[in-house]
Amino acid sequence: MSRIAGRFAALKATGRKALIPYITAGDPLPASTVPLLHALVEAGADILEIGVPFSDPMADGPAIQRSSERALKNGIGLLDVLNFVVQFRKKDADTPVVLMGYANPIEAMGMEKFVAAAKAADIDGVIVVDYPPEECAPFVALCRKRGIDTIFLLAPTSTDERIRSVARSGSGYLYYVSLKGVTGVKNVDAMEVAAQLPKIRAASSLPIGVGFGIKDAASAVAISKSADAVIIGSRIVQEIESAGAEHAVARVRALIGPIRKALDS
Amino acid sequence: MQMYDLPDARGHFGPYGGVFVAETLSHVLDELRAAYERCRKDPAFMAEFHHELKHYVGRPSPVYHAKRWSDLLGGAQIYLKREDLNHTGAHKINNTMGQALLARHMGKKRVIAETGAGMHGVASATVAARFGMQCVVYMGSEDVKRQAQNVYRMKLLGAEVMPVESGSRTLKDALNEAMRDWVTNVEDTYYIIGTVAGPHPYPMMVRDFQSVIGEECKLQMPELTGRQPDAVIACVGGGSNAMGIFYPYISDPNVRLIGVEAAGEGLATGRHAASLSAGTPGVLHGNRTYLLQDANGQITETHSVSAGLDYPGVGPEHAWLKDHGRAEYVSVTDDEALAAFDKLCRLEGIIPALESAHAVAHAVRIAPSMPRDKTLLVNLSGRGDKDMQTVADRMGIKL
Repeated sequence: MSRIAGRFAALKATGRKALIPYITAGDPLPASTVPLLHALVEAGADILEIGVPFSDPMADGPAIQRSSERALKNGIGLLDVLNFVVQFRKKDADTPVVLMGYANPIEAMGMEKFVAAAKAADIDGVIVVDYPPEECAPFVALCRKRGIDTIFLLAPTSTDERIRSVARSGSGYLYYVSLKGVTGVKNVDAMEVAAQLPKIRAASSLPIGVGFGIKDAASAVAISKSADAVIIGSRIVQEIESAGAEHAVARVRALIGPIRKALDS
Repeated sequence: MQMYDLPDARGHFGPYGGVFVAETLSHVLDELRAAYERCRKDPAFMAEFHHELKHYVGRPSPVYHAKRWSDLLGGAQIYLKREDLNHTGAHKINNTMGQALLARHMGKKRVIAETGAGMHGVASATVAARFGMQCVVYMGSEDVKRQAQNVYRMKLLGAEVMPVESGSRTLKDALNEAMRDWVTNVEDTYYIIGTVAGPHPYPMMVRDFQSVIGEECKLQMPELTGRQPDAVIACVGGGSNAMGIFYPYISDPNVRLIGVEAAGEGLATGRHAASLSAGTPGVLHGNRTYLLQDANGQITETHSVSAGLDYPGVGPEHAWLKDHGRAEYVSVTDDEALAAFDKLCRLEGIIPALESAHAVAHAVRIAPSMPRDKTLLVNLSGRGDKDMQTVADRMGIKL
């Protein structure tokens, strides 16, 4: 069983929902990333999503765009992100780590080289935002061979046919985008999400994480009623931005702790 | 060459093209593909398109024999396809007219567009005004500063110009922002992409609408010279004017196809926009194609004296044509383009767009070594009125 599947199974056994925070690697400083990852786990994260900065993050809203720009100013590339995970693993061998980003940095490194390096860094899953299943069969096959989960997005506009195609290519969990638009701009509508998920569950037995627009304990709890995992990205990235490097760890801990508590109560 | 029938059903030109987008965009692209398939096969739609091209755009555009300059060069005869004479002064309106009609058929009341120099923005604002649609144009804040006249032009036409502050604040960032708008407002919004890039069906659709250029040439050249040209030459930024004139000639092996990229200050300086000549394949803006990128796969900033060629990618069909050797891709520096600009003004009384001046410069480069009975057909994709400020600045003249 993969680390991600194991984590979901363990949570299910205790009747809890997964909390999946996202941060952009190398933001605000390269030295911030590994301490932030550990702080997120201590505050209650079950799985970590680490953003690989890209110059043209087409699916992201302003908060994650700016975090990506800050990371790029710090010179962070895909190899640096893999190294952060190697560092993180020295103290944490249990928490699943998922890389999230765009196709081009992976293709620039070379697909096979990337998958081998990701395995060597003990990465558990990848989300490539602009790789829909139809365009990335070779990539999925390489990841499968190495036991890396490929996590795909589904949207409110996804047709039944697309849900089936994503269910076939996906592993680990499915990432349901809770609203029309880019990351972190609008508020999530929990009723709407609850109405959509049965359609996905009918096509796939994978756990479903819901993201885009979850901002606080209340919206996280509302989403957790129907989802298996709550994914929070832009809100954390905003917190890091306003806190600055010095206070980022403390502020992120203070943000995530209460959300964990609310999810468990 | 065998019958040419690319792209495939998913928009692939060999390894290039495709639909590399987030799931949030998949459905709206499916809808667009279906709507375009219906319309391209609908004689009434195509008749409406050609009616607008004739009566509103002013087509067909003439082909002009630049005889004085050809005689001076003493080699091949240079012919110019006068897209500069279209309404709004460039080839861009062929495509915006087609897409605006498609948007109407899809029942969309709001159109959005990205623009670099502002020509596609102006052409989009123009058709939106013509059909009474709301129009929002995304433009990098750097370009807003550099192209104040076109910004005002768009506003006169009733469009709203949204400066984009992200990334390098240029064309590629405007495209990212337009995509973000689209994914947020899919119900009522149609996105008019200005070049043969983006996810399928855009590269095919924009090519199809622009191919009216080449179709006319195939009739006009035999009328003028008794046969088809020996070579067709066009500038390539994203590559829409080039695909428009190349496409009808692809299956004719006797016609050389030559795309001219912007070498800026020279390929060796790194300050250029020549994705095919100096880039490597990658994924950007929804398709796989040649890109200017660094070792980490980050898209790099480009440079050209002509804002319309200043794009770090290129249409995926050009990538295929390059790999298969069906088209040749060369580059021309800022200085060479400006010299050609100057000559065309003085020798033929035609002020070309700086983009088109790149194509002219290459024709002038190869014509002298060719026999006098050979013909070069150059796509004069736009007029240079928009470039007065840029040219004056380069010459140290204050307007």
